[in-house]
Amino acid sequence: MAPRPKLAVWKFASCDGCQLSLLDCEDELLAVAGAVEIANFPEASSAVVEGPYDLSLVEGSITTPHDAERILAVRAQSKFLVTIGACATAGGIQALRNFADVKDFIAAVYASPQFIDTLATSTAISAHIPVDYELHGCPINKVHLVEVVSAYLMGRKPAVAAHSVCIECKQRGNVCVMVQGTPCLGPVTHAGCGAICPAYRRGCYGCYGPMETPNMPALTREWRELGADGRDIQRALRSFNAWAEPFRQESAAHDD
Amino acid sequence: MQAFKAETPGFVTDTAGLQCLFDVLADEGYRVVGPTLRDDAIVYGDIDGVTDLPSGWTDRQAPGRYALERRQDNALFGYAVGPHSWKKFLFPPIETLWSAHRGADGAMSVTVPERPADKFAFVGVRSCEIHAMAVQDKVFGEGAYVDAAYAARRSDAFIVAVNCAEPGGTCFCVSMETGPRAAEGFDLALTELIDAGEPMFLVETGSEAGRRILEQVPHAAATAAQAEAAMTVSERAAAQMGRSLDTSGIKELLQSNPEHSRWDDVAARCLSCANCTMVCPTCFCSTVEDHSDLTGQNAERVRKWDSCFTMDFSYIHGGSVRASGSARYRQWMTHKLANWIDQFGTSGCVGCGRCVTWCPVGIDLTEEVAAIRAVPDEGRSR
Repeated sequence: MAPRPKLAVWKFASCDGCQLSLLDCEDELLAVAGAVEIANFPEASSAVVEGPYDLSLVEGSITTPHDAERILAVRAQSKFLVTIGACATAGGIQALRNFADVKDFIAAVYASPQFIDTLATSTAISAHIPVDYELHGCPINKVHLVEVVSAYLMGRKPAVAAHSVCIECKQRGNVCVMVQGTPCLGPVTHAGCGAICPAYRRGCYGCYGPMETPNMPALTREWRELGADGRDIQRALRSFNAWAEPFRQESAAHDD
Repeated sequence: MQAFKAETPGFVTDTAGLQCLFDVLADEGYRVVGPTLRDDAIVYGDIDGVTDLPSGWTDRQAPGRYALERRQDNALFGYAVGPHSWKKFLFPPIETLWSAHRGADGAMSVTVPERPADKFAFVGVRSCEIHAMAVQDKVFGEGAYVDAAYAARRSDAFIVAVNCAEPGGTCFCVSMETGPRAAEGFDLALTELIDAGEPMFLVETGSEAGRRILEQVPHAAATAAQAEAAMTVSERAAAQMGRSLDTSGIKELLQSNPEHSRWDDVAARCLSCANCTMVCPTCFCSTVEDHSDLTGQNAERVRKWDSCFTMDFSYIHGGSVRASGSARYRQWMTHKLANWIDQFGTSGCVGCGRCVTWCPVGIDLTEEVAAIRAVPDEGRSR
């Protein structure tokens, strides 16, 4: 039997939720372990096989000088590198620091701020190294993770759609909450979650970041029609994907 | 005012008769689906009987707006079409087409999933929706490549039409000549006569199957007055369209204006979210996703509703052909209202108004056509 591809899972600034979705695969977990050699996955096992690795899954954003160095080493020993989750693909919720002065936060939070060595920004992995594939979402959908690994093994393109949440919403038979008066980020948000929030009669929170062709001003004009003010819009756009360019740019246009 | 004349006086039945109709259909093995309340909307779902219908409710519709309201009466069908269309039953949003397995000896086997045995009875089908089914029949049921699953579901379906009494604010079936009165394509057609207080229904039969089912349902011959009252319902509905669309020369108008500045104007408003295409009862586009599993021994092909508003839809080697929002909107509207005529011999629009109501930003295609018509020579192809 040919040697199985070596899989590594790397963590940067993140909550671990996305890499845990690999362990959360349950039914597929044995199949994953059968298809790849889990060579470096500290969250799951302390046994580490040395690189290089065939497939690296990278979670988290770059927030420290140390991590900015470390990601270069990860890239150097990874043949195919996939970033997973909003932190790795957009900077995560911690990118809210990018809109303010990180020194103020450090001073407010830490008793001894002199020990904190952090960057002024939280940025996506792709801002530091070339990335082969980005899997969006906060957290990612484990079905997509299995799809990406399966596609990698077969040498095919993953079937992960980049269109709006609306298509998933309609495929599911949901009634559009926005047309019924609830501001929703679904029309500008990348599909992937299966339109969970609208299925529970809530507007989309944009967890999967911008869709492929977001028309941000058109959406926020309608939000204002529905009674949202600049603060509502800015807060909605500045969450897990705040530093994703379309969300960042549009949020800056609503400083009122 | 549009005038209607009944070909036969028809029959009448009451709410108890309607319940009996549901029971007979269920006894005959039909899965009865029809309008019902869910999530502050009137959607299409499984119904057991009259009590599942949205009695005493109506809807208020405008571009990008939908809300339910209480009626002054107990009408069972006193509303326009909602967010769902029958397309979701005949052309399911997600469907596995086949799966494949590679055995230990390397031999491949392909399995086509068993089609659910559901035989649908659609209750409350509006005239525009009957026309929409006829449009999709041309796409899926005719030509060299027939979608066998669609064709089977369609030919099994029993259609109980309801003639509209209360058109919505975005309806324009009169412009598209698809309503409000169902002329054909049904097994039974009901017109709700509400003026008497409790609902009474004028029943017309449209097929042998319809006549056979009606025989099992208590009914009486309609009086001339009842037949006339039903015609009045349709005449009133025809006079209350929320929208209109001038279709004269529409094919030439749109086909000769690919560079009209209105396409950029609408693109500034359009979200490319694809909601219009999802709710449209005639939009038929789909994509197929091929999945292999972790073992590499199993694969499947899944068909999903797709839309000309996505980038993958027009992706060919090197990129998407319709990269701009204006190109995507132009593709959708020009296909729907003009190129469809070349392709299938009819318009792709039945005037149901769903794309107008369910556009989150309220883009109104009747308004977009009117804007192009107002400056018709501006965007002639060069």
